[in-house]
Amino acid sequence: MKIKQISVFLENRKGRLFDACSILGQNGVNIRACTIAETETFGVLRIVVDKAEQAVEVLKDNGFVANITSVVVAEVADEPGGLAKILKTLSDNDVNIEYMYGFVEKFTDKALMVFRFEDTDRAQKILQQNGIKIINQEEVEGL
Amino acid sequence: MIWEKHVECMDQEQLSKLQSQRLKELVTYVYENNPIYKERLDSSGVTPDTINDISDITKLPFTTKMDMRDSYPYGLFSKPQKEIAEIHVSSGTTGNPTLVGYTRKDVALWSNVMARALCCAGGEPGDIIQIAYGYGLFTGGLGFHYGALEMGLTVIPTSSGQTARQLKIMQDFQPRILACTPSYALYMAEAAKEAGLDPRESSWEIGIFGAEPWSESMRNEIEDSLGLIATDVYGLSEIIGPGVSQECTYKDGLHIFSDVFYPEIIDPETGEQVEPGEDGELVITTLTKEGIPLLRYRTRDIVSVNYEKCECGRTSPRVSKIKGRTDDMIVVRGINVFPSQIEHVLVGMEGIGPHYQIVIDREKHSLDKVDILVELDEKRFSDEIKQLHGLETKIKKEIESILSIGVTVKLVEPKTIERSMGKAKRVVDKRNA
Repeated sequence: MKIKQISVFLENRKGRLFDACSILGQNGVNIRACTIAETETFGVLRIVVDKAEQAVEVLKDNGFVANITSVVVAEVADEPGGLAKILKTLSDNDVNIEYMYGFVEKFTDKALMVFRFEDTDRAQKILQQNGIKIINQEEVEGL
Repeated sequence: MIWEKHVECMDQEQLSKLQSQRLKELVTYVYENNPIYKERLDSSGVTPDTINDISDITKLPFTTKMDMRDSYPYGLFSKPQKEIAEIHVSSGTTGNPTLVGYTRKDVALWSNVMARALCCAGGEPGDIIQIAYGYGLFTGGLGFHYGALEMGLTVIPTSSGQTARQLKIMQDFQPRILACTPSYALYMAEAAKEAGLDPRESSWEIGIFGAEPWSESMRNEIEDSLGLIATDVYGLSEIIGPGVSQECTYKDGLHIFSDVFYPEIIDPETGEQVEPGEDGELVITTLTKEGIPLLRYRTRDIVSVNYEKCECGRTSPRVSKIKGRTDDMIVVRGINVFPSQIEHVLVGMEGIGPHYQIVIDREKHSLDKVDILVELDEKRFSDEIKQLHGLETKIKKEIESILSIGVTVKLVEPKTIERSMGKAKRVVDKRNA
């Protein structure tokens, strides 16, 4: 139940993020969640979208370097300590997080967290064993 | 086998004596036979009497490619046309082409140095050589041809191109030596594979590759794919063509036949000779040529020279592979930088595109700043910042260790560096803007 995340290499140049997002918009791709990791010289845009394969294709067609990375999207109770609870489970089981970012689901009162793990399969199993709900690709597409 | 042991293995003192005597004769010869040289020598205050020892060579003026172009076609000839046996012309992409003329004696000299080169690479009389350098105005094909005849090889003059035929000839006639450009050697390996042949089973045991600069990693690639010993040959039509210097089977520098082509290494900025072993521009004086003898010809190739005796027994100095060209040299914080040095680092790295640009800038009251833009190859893209950062750091460290100056490396998106139909614009110097 891994989710496809799109990663896009962005040169540190004016309008580059706009270019990427408008290409997705023109092609009817809807962004569910996004974050940017930046350095002094470049940035990496990470997005979860409703049509992952198509998104990568149109980005590449337009000269962007983009690929698909497997991430895990977990449901987090939207209340104090909700995220901490999940992190404790991961920490107790020695699961290392590469990076994470969150977004709020529109239809319920739950928040969703996107995690990138070193060992995605193992992390996923541990989350499930501890009763934490993991969102699948269809659910992301249907959000 | 050493073709002319008595000169190729001559002790230093004797060699120096021979060079001194030949230099004196050369200066006398051009002074008497070429009006352009006479005028130049006169205005430098040099007469044939000034030259007594090879070390006096520094008193002579340099000759450049521009001088050859300006005197096009016959100005630098020291023999009348009727004594010229053969003419070759370089491509001349900018301005006049460079024309060179050989007397019969020059052709004999060319045959002789090429025979030395073929032996140096490991050839033996009786071997079959496939000469896949172009024949014609380009000096490659005929230079090898003359040398091969001189040393008693069996020549297959295939010239370049018609790759399928080249491969068929190789299979049918089993030549031991292949002579062509390094890139054509790789192309033939590819073509052989596509034709269902195993290129490592080719009959070629010795490759003599030149006419373009090539790296050690390219050598490994050629040797692996064709199963032969790949040696480097150097030459330029202004001096004679191929046969100016050649690697022996120890592959540790190219032996320059210094009894006939006297090498100096100079700082391209000041014109002063540099210490042995240091990098600088290769300057060659043709000690025994008749048609177009050249005094201190600036080759524009950056090399270093090793004067130690080689394990093969030859005493002739060994010139390194070409490290760069003075044409594209840039001076950053007082240090000479060649785009080719940076290119070597990038080409050796997996997943890095061949496109890069060097941007030099100087902010007020501060040092020159060097930014190197490198196009990211899709295969190397990772969404983990630390991987991309690691790549930048790796490129930066390798370039810094070669250039000895600090640089910034910036990864950029593919196809963002300007493409050019001719020579790529590798350097953007904003300091004078």
